[in-house]
Amino acid sequence: MIRVEHLVKTFSLPEQEVHAVRDISFSVARGEIFGVIGLSGAGKSTLVRCLNLLERPDSGEVWVDGKCLTKLKDRELEQERRKISMIFQGYNLLMQRSVLDNVSFPLEIAGLRKKQAREQALDFHRTVGLEEKAKAYPAQLSGGQRQRVAIARAIAARPKVILCDEATSALDPETTGTILKLLSRINREYGITIVLITHEMRVIEEICGSVAVLEKGQIVEMGAVAEVFAAPKTAAAKRLIVQRQREKELSGLAEVA
Amino acid sequence: MLDLGLDVLLKGKNLLRLLGGLWVALRISICSVAISLVLGTLLGVLWQRGNRLMQAGMWIYLEVIRIMPQLVLLFLVYFGTSRTFGWEISGEAASIIVFSLWGTAEMSDLVRGAITSIPKGQYEAAAALGLSEWQASRYVILPQAARRLLPLAINLVTRMVKTTSLVLMIGVVEVLKVAQQIIEANRMSSPNAAFGLYLVIFFLYFAVCAPVSRLAKRMEAKQAVG
Repeated sequence: MIRVEHLVKTFSLPEQEVHAVRDISFSVARGEIFGVIGLSGAGKSTLVRCLNLLERPDSGEVWVDGKCLTKLKDRELEQERRKISMIFQGYNLLMQRSVLDNVSFPLEIAGLRKKQAREQALDFHRTVGLEEKAKAYPAQLSGGQRQRVAIARAIAARPKVILCDEATSALDPETTGTILKLLSRINREYGITIVLITHEMRVIEEICGSVAVLEKGQIVEMGAVAEVFAAPKTAAAKRLIVQRQREKELSGLAEVA
Repeated sequence: MLDLGLDVLLKGKNLLRLLGGLWVALRISICSVAISLVLGTLLGVLWQRGNRLMQAGMWIYLEVIRIMPQLVLLFLVYFGTSRTFGWEISGEAASIIVFSLWGTAEMSDLVRGAITSIPKGQYEAAAALGLSEWQASRYVILPQAARRLLPLAINLVTRMVKTTSLVLMIGVVEVLKVAQQIIEANRMSSPNAAFGLYLVIFFLYFAVCAPVSRLAKRMEAKQAVG
């Protein structure tokens, strides 16, 4: 479904060159949930933004659903982007529009009639369990509810791929759990391929099939989640596992207390 | 009772003249505000999106207009141009030119600021949804910028209305000038008229600007909720 080849992205700041992504290649199978984990500054955000060309890579190719995005013209890219939805850490909803409008608006832009768009949008509210909040405004919702609106908006466009940029990082552990369950249900029911980036091991553990460990702009380890974390080969992966172990112990202590 | 000399307002057509003067001030304000809002918005958008040259040009324009007192600008346009270029422009036209120049500069800065204040994520979300750059501006960025802009723009409007009182310095007979004339004419019969008349002018400006500021307040309150 997704194939990335020799992706390179460097930012030129006045003081220095930042090599955010250095020669990354990987592929994601149809219907898979693929996780990219790394510490902040590892290049995760840049990598995921290169997948729908929010960031244009300096070199390398990005293939999604049989099309090479890096070779498309602007207009064609806009069309392709409708097949690739994105969910952000900061939700990025339209604050002055109701929840329903947030979901139906991209459908209208894509050419649906207002009435149809709203009906479909309402369907997707049901999918994410927010139908009673359709008339509310984003400011009136909690973080978890806002992220569910963002998910409804993402699936409303009937995408083939959803990209998640730290989608649960701003949420508390419990809400994170419900959002992750929702994402994995969407993955199963609609067969949507999901690529998510995160710094939380827990997210990888709970829903990902495969994982890539990112460090300093490069993939240092990649494979099925169970394999990578059963036998980590690199220091980066080991560190993540130790960290997760500690988290679990802490939350265990909290429960006992 | 304290004699404010308000009886001079009832003499002859004094009250009508005063209101006529207010209308002159308002006419100048309305014309300049309309021009400033339109041009300022256009320039603000261009400024935000333009290349380096455009941005440098806008910056110089804004700084020059801001640094110069409006009075100096008025003198420059009214007296300066007639001497140097032999242009015969009326005081009112000169006033409208100056206030439009000033208002446009301030407005474009507000517009640019409002657009810049929209978080990067909104652009990203719009692009990720497959919106073209134009659609993103039209449906996502500008509506949000407009909301932030409204109270600021209204504040600018009241500032412009108040500042039009300077135009009496280039011989435009607006409300303040009319008041001076009335006071001068009645200096002997009602020496206290100065206080009374300026007080009346205070209330006239208040009557014009207060509803506009109230509107701004209400919009800010609404924005805080949404």
